[in-house]
Amino acid sequence: MIFPPHPLPARPPRVVVTGAGIVTALGLGWMNNAAGFRAGKTAFRPVTLFDVSRQRVKTAAEVNLPTTLPATRLSARQAARLDRASALLLSAAIEAWQQSGWEPSDEIPLVLGTTSGGMPLGEDYFRQAVRTPRLHRHQPTRAFQYQSHSQGRIVLDALGLGGPVHMISNACASGACAIGQAWELLRSGAAEKVFAGGYDVLSQLVFAGFDALQALSPTRCRPFDQNRDGLAVGEGAAMLTLETLTSAQERGAEILGEIIGYATTIDRHHLTQPHPEGHAALAAMTQACASAGVTPSEIDYVNAHGTGTPLNDSAEAAAINQWAGARAATLPVSSTKASVGHLLGGAGAVETVVALMALRGQWLPPELSLETPDPLCRFPLVTRPQDARVNTVLSNSFGFGGINATLILRRWA
Amino acid sequence: MSRIFVSGYGAVSPAGWSAAEMQHALAAGTPLPVQPLARPGWDKPLRMRAVPPPAVRPAFLAHPRLRRTSPITHYAAAALLEAVKNLPPDPARRVGLITCLQSGCVQYTHRFFEEALADPATASPLLFPETVFAAPASHLAALLDHTPLVSTLMGDPATFAQGLALGADWLRQNRVDIAVVVGSEEINWLRADALWHLEHAAIISAGAGAVALCRDEEHAIGVELTAITAPQTYSARQSRRQAARTMRAAFGTFAQGLLCDGLGDSPRTDAPETDAWQDWPGARLSPKRILGEGLMAAAAWQCVTACAAIAEKRFPAAIASLVGCNQQAMGAGFQACSRSNKLAKL
Repeated sequence: MIFPPHPLPARPPRVVVTGAGIVTALGLGWMNNAAGFRAGKTAFRPVTLFDVSRQRVKTAAEVNLPTTLPATRLSARQAARLDRASALLLSAAIEAWQQSGWEPSDEIPLVLGTTSGGMPLGEDYFRQAVRTPRLHRHQPTRAFQYQSHSQGRIVLDALGLGGPVHMISNACASGACAIGQAWELLRSGAAEKVFAGGYDVLSQLVFAGFDALQALSPTRCRPFDQNRDGLAVGEGAAMLTLETLTSAQERGAEILGEIIGYATTIDRHHLTQPHPEGHAALAAMTQACASAGVTPSEIDYVNAHGTGTPLNDSAEAAAINQWAGARAATLPVSSTKASVGHLLGGAGAVETVVALMALRGQWLPPELSLETPDPLCRFPLVTRPQDARVNTVLSNSFGFGGINATLILRRWA
Repeated sequence: MSRIFVSGYGAVSPAGWSAAEMQHALAAGTPLPVQPLARPGWDKPLRMRAVPPPAVRPAFLAHPRLRRTSPITHYAAAALLEAVKNLPPDPARRVGLITCLQSGCVQYTHRFFEEALADPATASPLLFPETVFAAPASHLAALLDHTPLVSTLMGDPATFAQGLALGADWLRQNRVDIAVVVGSEEINWLRADALWHLEHAAIISAGAGAVALCRDEEHAIGVELTAITAPQTYSARQSRRQAARTMRAAFGTFAQGLLCDGLGDSPRTDAPETDAWQDWPGARLSPKRILGEGLMAAAAWQCVTACAAIAEKRFPAAIASLVGCNQQAMGAGFQACSRSNKLAKL
């Protein structure tokens, strides 16, 4: 039974990260991505996955997925039928899993965030249903695998897991919310280990949607630039093995970092536009700091949501200014969406791994595309690669519909 | 340990725009009429049980955030507002909102993609935001006064029980005062076509259900949440049949009452659940046989039916058996609680 639940622990356990996997357009795995984010590389190129010839914008951060993944427990049939979303997610999951040293179990919850799951399969289903309605080939498989929990089941089967699957779809905050919910599961004593992350693949519907909203940049993604003109979309996934400190120490596991705070809030201002003053973002940052027991003066770097749209960045800048107060003047901020685009449901998870990289490597990820910082920003934007003392990082993720999520991570030393 | 009570419920279904109309249809025991649903390229239509138009236009549709929304949000809003209607006004009350979906916003997704394929330059920017799974939850939050916690869960219908567990946990940790769990779905031919490919016998339907949970017995309607079984996930390690059996076994000798199962019109799909509950000696209701395959909405209907049976003093206890189609099996148990001071208001 999960209800009635176990009593809450007298003191919530500390939560650490013992494995991390990441896939973005910068490459596969921690090493490739750390090198790319540290240097501020960008990974945008013409879209090849679907027809963009009639779109206003024609580039995105598309991942070069390998044709085969490392061997897992998937059957040959499952492996042959992997859709792009499952392959992307699984690639990150395998890396995190191998690093963690975890063993297969029925007790490890899987918490995933995504906005569109297997949307490309849904698009294929639609095209075939309209163009050749009496052709049934592949349609049952698409109808099944399109659903986001199917990607979760692939991870279970690949790694020999059998625990519960929690699918969170809080728009572009989904990945951060998944990690946050995993953190809460561990802190409440409901689990000792949780496998969590987020993913999304490029899909024609979503690309066309952002283009229809004229939210895509026709030039280049420049978060917090005075002349910013939109976001760039990308695809990616990141997975983290989270466990209680006691569990990690008893196993003798290498600890990559600690998650010390999390909060989520709702901005009810508008379905797609944040409140101009960033009230909900401010609340998320404030509440996350409270849960972590830190003040803005103790934050060494902010990985902003920073999409590059005029409205998001101005609202987030206002929120950071107000939250940080006097600390804003010296608080480094950047958005790694300048490198790999907006990964939607994968963004929060990927940016959490970037935060871990910064904590581990003691560097700050720059936005090389930024030319003229928006004067709204009272904080310094990281515009060139630089080493830095980084002990605590705050990472923001905000979504359509108004879900705002903030995670706070601390260096493990 | 804090107890969790049910403070209200609501439903929109092919039977109408209230839980009472749904209960009336279930009590009658006759499957609701089936309507044809045209499918392009086919002479023979698909079958559906649609939600009838509301007798009176719901007042909430005047809210500016709901002007452009699709039926999935309308159903969810009606069920949500019915679930909280008997709570005394309190602007400071913190309401947590968990929206559970399986198919989600299929109508606008279909329309937008069709427009984008035809000509991206004229695809409506108004439609796209409504395709996002989180859109209904966002609209519902805008309808309420104070919603500090909002989340959208995706999955097969058993996910509704995950929503109940999450809501109960928010209450236990005093993060909210009321937690409303909503399951909602809408119909279009594409969704019906997809269901047909997976299960020919199923009759698609739509609607929503909502269960409001509270920590304060003062607000209870005479129903207490007593059990949510651990998710039994289908995987290479456990079949759907095994998962259903394990879920059923978790209830053990649960006080005999009403079983609200998820059996529908497909013996093949229903077989694991039929097998799991073959020893059940008590009364049984199968809402999907009357209302159709409402996916997440159907799971919500089962839970609403269980709560209604207790609130209306027809049974002292009830179980909702949620054997999802392709993810997990879970169950939720409810029983009468000592105080039912709100019962008269229902």
